[in-house]
Amino acid sequence: MRALKSLLTGVALVAGLAGAAQADDKTKVGFIFVGPVGDGGWTYEHNQGRLAVEEAFGDKVETIYQESVPEGADAERAITQMALAGADLIFTTSFGYMDATLAVAEKFPAVKFEHATGYKTSDNVSNYSARFYEGRAVQGHIAGKMTKTNTVGYIASFPIPEVIRGINAAYIHAKKVNPDVQFKIIWAYTWFDPTKEADAAKALIEQGADVILQHTDSTAPQAAAKEAGNVITFGQASDMAEYGPSPRVSSIIDNWGPYYVARTQAVMDGSWASVSTWDGIGAGMVGIGEISDAVPADVKAEAEALRDSLSDGSYHAFTGPLNKQDGSVWLAEGETADDGTLAGMNFYVEGIEAEIPSN
Amino acid sequence: MIRPSLILEKRPSPSRFWATTTPVLAVIATMIAGGIMFWALGKDPIESIRTIFWDPLFHETFGPYSRPQLLVKAAPLILIAIGLSLGFRAGVWNIGAEGQYIMGAICGAAVGLAFYPTENILIFPAMILAGAFGGWAWAMIPGLLKTRFGTNEILVSLMLVYVAEAALASVSQGLLQNPDGMGFPGSRNFRDFPAAYNTELITGTGMHWGVVFAFIAVIFAYVLLTRHMLGFHVRLTGQAPRAARFAGVNPTRLVLFCLGISGALAGMAGMFEVSGPAGQVTIDFNSGYGFTAIIVAFLGRLHPIGILLAGLLMALTYIGGELAQLMLGLPAAAIQMFQGMLMFFLLAMDMLTNYRIRFTLKNA
Repeated sequence: MRALKSLLTGVALVAGLAGAAQADDKTKVGFIFVGPVGDGGWTYEHNQGRLAVEEAFGDKVETIYQESVPEGADAERAITQMALAGADLIFTTSFGYMDATLAVAEKFPAVKFEHATGYKTSDNVSNYSARFYEGRAVQGHIAGKMTKTNTVGYIASFPIPEVIRGINAAYIHAKKVNPDVQFKIIWAYTWFDPTKEADAAKALIEQGADVILQHTDSTAPQAAAKEAGNVITFGQASDMAEYGPSPRVSSIIDNWGPYYVARTQAVMDGSWASVSTWDGIGAGMVGIGEISDAVPADVKAEAEALRDSLSDGSYHAFTGPLNKQDGSVWLAEGETADDGTLAGMNFYVEGIEAEIPSN
Repeated sequence: MIRPSLILEKRPSPSRFWATTTPVLAVIATMIAGGIMFWALGKDPIESIRTIFWDPLFHETFGPYSRPQLLVKAAPLILIAIGLSLGFRAGVWNIGAEGQYIMGAICGAAVGLAFYPTENILIFPAMILAGAFGGWAWAMIPGLLKTRFGTNEILVSLMLVYVAEAALASVSQGLLQNPDGMGFPGSRNFRDFPAAYNTELITGTGMHWGVVFAFIAVIFAYVLLTRHMLGFHVRLTGQAPRAARFAGVNPTRLVLFCLGISGALAGMAGMFEVSGPAGQVTIDFNSGYGFTAIIVAFLGRLHPIGILLAGLLMALTYIGGELAQLMLGLPAAAIQMFQGMLMFFLLAMDMLTNYRIRFTLKNA
């Protein structure tokens, strides 16, 4: 019995040594993507972030990824396999991976996980997202100035705080420069479905919208606007510059590279700790795509000034006085919204004539 | 002058030898064609093929995790394909298993969540019944429309998939939404609800109730088809509908039986998946199992044992494909191509079952 035990210990020791010898000093960083890397929007930008990590660290890192991972039962397996493959740090880049990420993280305490756009964390799971609403404020300003029909169309994805926040931020800043502006909102119930997005854009244009904002990732609304003529749009997630200078007059660009590089560095240093990160224009996580010449120079200058004030923190996109849709006071004069309220935002601000689809 | 020629000659009856050999040949042909594709993509073809077919089973790091995962991935495919195969044999074409899978998941999850957070041993069995009922009821729509009004069950069942998807989107952000979910779509996670969680029965084996039911379904279908009158009627209707009517088969009842059983099994598969591996009802919870199962049914020659093996093979290519992405950086699209090749070769080689190839030397 004793002999067996010592034999087993010996085997374990050798196995352990072999394991240690195999683990070279390269840091392995893994990415789980919800779409194909060539989607031109959300996943494309996350993959750009992966390439930024490779660029920054050269042969000190190895990146691996799996694309088009469904958000159902397959996600947990994909993440587990990535941890088994020896990843030191894993980014799971879609909201639907949240519970799967936490479940796998529990089984691999030595591996660090980063989940995008969720709200849960644990000892080895951070979450991160971007303050896209800052970009929406800039879009709202341009939209309010540019609309001739005073009707702005908005293609919304799902009625979750992230999307509602975007609608509010855009509306507040459109209204500020154009008191007569009206928002028409269509819920597409998808993040990426060119057919549905094109239908939504056409319906909005038929209802008189000459500016289309979108919270969906395909370029179909841009194509629909181009066909209709005299309608302007904004790139979403990715610059969508191929539709410039018009209909695409500007864009919100997700820029994950700097964050991915910083977190990889932290794992290399051993300084990684679980955090919740919510960065905006200032930290470079949200980029405002070049405002095209289709926008008059004075409007462009104002929009850029707004961008810069959001960037240096001198202005907050949700600054009072602001009322909720039902007329009750939300923020008093000069007061700014706290992150908790923003994170769970489930109401429209005063003036939006629509209802959030009821839960 | 004598000229060699190649002739296809129809066999009087399908060859048993080729019926069992062609799947193996198809796999080998896929390995060769796939290897060429991987080589063209700049990857080592031998290593790619080994990663897909060998590593999920025997890799020292991945094997212990992947082997049980094969069962987890294959179980819903087998469960659905068994049900479909009965219909396909009788010429009843249920193409909408995906919709029945979704409705089973919704009904099963709804029953479970209604009791949250009660701990009672009866909750899980009730969820299984509700799941089966959901799938059955959804399949009865094309069933009744076909038997009452003569509509085409292929179209109706397929269209109902889209209706089911809309229902899924609706309940994930309405009726079944997690009240503690900060307004995000999706139900509570069954992981946090032990009475309703479809847990691993023996740790490290991947064996959950869905796997158990898949095995039971295989045995049940085997016995039904070989030993039972109803199974005989199913086969007879598919092979000779007129003869079946003379033999006293009631076509209405047979259509309803075939659609009902495939719907119930698909519904159960959905329920096992939502309460276990997936863990929660979400907007895009379904990932095409209902459609993939059609391929599995044909890959397995509509035979219960064949379906069991086909389901496992399909799971192997999925998991192996994931490993190939991970280890070799193969794009996901290349893996889908590879799976497509498998289907193509399988169907192409079907010819050998029904035809004989003759080389002759002819005088021209």
